[in-house]
Amino acid sequence: MDKGLSLRNVTIFKDRSALIRVHQDVAPGDVLTIMGPSGVGKSTLLAFITGTLPSDFTATGRVLLDGHDITHAAAHQRRVGILFQDDLLFPHLSVGANLAFGLPPGGSRHNRQARIDAALAEVGLDGFAQRDPATLSGGQKARVALMRMLLSEPCALLLDEPFARLDAALRAQVRDMVFDRARSRALPVLMVTHDAEDAQAAGGAIITLCNESGY
Amino acid sequence: MSRRRLLPLLPALTMLALLGPVLAGLWGTVLPAFGHLPAAGLTGPSLDPFRDLLGWAGLPRAVMLSVGTGVLATVMSLAIVMLVTAGWSGTRVFGVLERLLSPLLAVPHAAAAFGLAFLIAPSGWLARLTSPELTGWDRPPDLLIVHDSWGLAMTAGLIVKEVPFLLLITLAALGQADAQRSVRVARALGYGRLTGWLKTVFPRVYAQIRPPVYVVLAYAMSVVDVAVILGPNTPPSLSVQIVKLMAHPDLSHRLEAAAGAVLQLLLVIGALLVWRLGEGAVAALGRRWIAAGARGKADPVIAGLALVAGAVSALAVFLGLVVLGVWSVAGFWGFPDALPDKITMANWLRFGPGTLQALGETAFIAVVAALVALVLTIGCLEAEYRHKLRVSQRALWVLYIPLLVPQTAFLPGLQTLMLNLGAEVGRGPVILAHVVFVLPYVFLSLADPFRAWDARMGVIAAALRASPDGILWRVRLPMLLRPVLTAFAVGLAVSVGQYLATLLIGGGRVATLTTEAVALASGGDRRAIGVYGLMQTGAALVPFALALLIPALVWRNRKGLRHG
Repeated sequence: MDKGLSLRNVTIFKDRSALIRVHQDVAPGDVLTIMGPSGVGKSTLLAFITGTLPSDFTATGRVLLDGHDITHAAAHQRRVGILFQDDLLFPHLSVGANLAFGLPPGGSRHNRQARIDAALAEVGLDGFAQRDPATLSGGQKARVALMRMLLSEPCALLLDEPFARLDAALRAQVRDMVFDRARSRALPVLMVTHDAEDAQAAGGAIITLCNESGY
Repeated sequence: MSRRRLLPLLPALTMLALLGPVLAGLWGTVLPAFGHLPAAGLTGPSLDPFRDLLGWAGLPRAVMLSVGTGVLATVMSLAIVMLVTAGWSGTRVFGVLERLLSPLLAVPHAAAAFGLAFLIAPSGWLARLTSPELTGWDRPPDLLIVHDSWGLAMTAGLIVKEVPFLLLITLAALGQADAQRSVRVARALGYGRLTGWLKTVFPRVYAQIRPPVYVVLAYAMSVVDVAVILGPNTPPSLSVQIVKLMAHPDLSHRLEAAAGAVLQLLLVIGALLVWRLGEGAVAALGRRWIAAGARGKADPVIAGLALVAGAVSALAVFLGLVVLGVWSVAGFWGFPDALPDKITMANWLRFGPGTLQALGETAFIAVVAALVALVLTIGCLEAEYRHKLRVSQRALWVLYIPLLVPQTAFLPGLQTLMLNLGAEVGRGPVILAHVVFVLPYVFLSLADPFRAWDARMGVIAAALRASPDGILWRVRLPMLLRPVLTAFAVGLAVSVGQYLATLLIGGGRVATLTTEAVALASGGDRRAIGVYGLMQTGAALVPFALALLIPALVWRNRKGLRHG
């Protein structure tokens, strides 16, 4: 079976009525954008893929990642990365420790530190390892959050309105950075957004959902 | 054993820890109440214990005291808290009062009661400060203020301790009641601040604080330590009489004690039912009041009176602690003098070693009980989170059962049951008995912050390949360090303040600061009481200070957690 993320007849239900139904493949390096107004169940779809579906929803269908069926895998064993509109850096850890949290275990201390420093340098944050994340600007936090997720070596990346909190100038910059990094690592990307500009910049297939019942 | 298998067991274990002792204790109460006590060679069933109880001449008075003081203390403390909140919430004055009252929550009942006694007694500090100039007294007047036969001093002692409790509960409820906007709308419609609050916010807030109010009523009706320190002696309240009978060397007196415990339980159940009906009556009157449209002309007066009552209540505890401190270092202190002739460390040197030993026992029991409660609480909350359980309002009542069943109804039974089984009384069972009372408060303290934690942090951590245990230990608990430590401090304070559980389940052999302090009540050695009372207060308060200090130090370089 091919590389990439495949959603096979995935349907999300709330109170027995179907909210959304998606049947789509995302090839490595491609971006699939799902658009639609809030409340349509976009984020719920992502929760299903990460294995954290809230208990008032149910879902059918299968999720395949690089040919493996991960529909029923534990959340932490799926290797599906996700970014939210908030950076969600762990407030009790330094920037470096946040990145170390993402890094898989193993390797010497020196080696791990080197990888963290390299990750920071890659996004222009050299020497930020000891900083308190709360002292960073919005754009800096977004970059750390991205690198933390990439260091965990995910096989797919989900984006949940990832740029909604950033102001216009920063937005394009962070967006390009995220898509560039995902493409260079050949990650299939699934983005949900209600921003047409984000969808256009992604340059991939776009699915538009609406509130009508039955879809 | 793997944690995966342990976690689902914790909610069941918690239920057992909460309800097991209560149910066993009630069983152990009902049997001897009907004449069945194999340890004393008696087998029932018979109604003799109840006949003996009814034959006691003091019974009507004891029952009246129990019901009267309990209901009055609950009504008064609830009225003070509601009116102060109605008249002042959102103002700077309210902020000050809130900050004054919050630490008082941790002050043990016994210490607050002793402090109050030292203030208002005929030879107390208030009389000394005003004599002979204002009163003309040069010796203590012959008045029965403390231990008065109406139980008014005891009621006051309960009020000053329940006001901070109900205030903090109310503050927690206010956040969810959308209070500010309702009051703003009401004021725009021409209502006074207090009337507007009572007509719009009170019904919602009361619905939320109802369980704690019931706890206050059940507790106030059956309290023992405050009653021993401030309550009448001949006859005492029903609960004190039960404890007296339990302490009698002749085991057959336990039958009458058990009958009294059953009566105590029925009284509390009856009072709770009447209170529930009263709620309906108040609601009906309230609806008529709302429909009549009165805007509240008397608001400023009522708000002023409520504030004075709240301030007096806070001041009584503060000054009480101060006077405990003064007595603990007092040399000779003749009557109308405002202060002792000489300040001396002699009292501390004399009672210090004894208090240190009691402190060790107190601390050991409190730390173990609070730790057990904390582990069970975190286990329950984590199981709820991992298995995506919805906790119903009804399940919440399980937490309140140990606080609603009067202590004097099930603790004597638990002791008797252990006696029948030949189980050893002592430190271990005392700790388990403390857990029964500590666990609900630890749970209620931690549940909201634990559930309010941003679950997306968990999603992110899982996406970063952290296991569920890893998320708990590496992300959730560190982020929740402050509420976890606060809940632990709450648990310690509750355990430190336990009197009856230590006395009865310890079989009189486990000496904590609280049991030692209350035991001093009859002797009236004010210097000893001062030393023990202060130590007891310190044992309850210091953990709270640490719960504030430790996270501030550990996370001193983490701005994101400073207000968490």
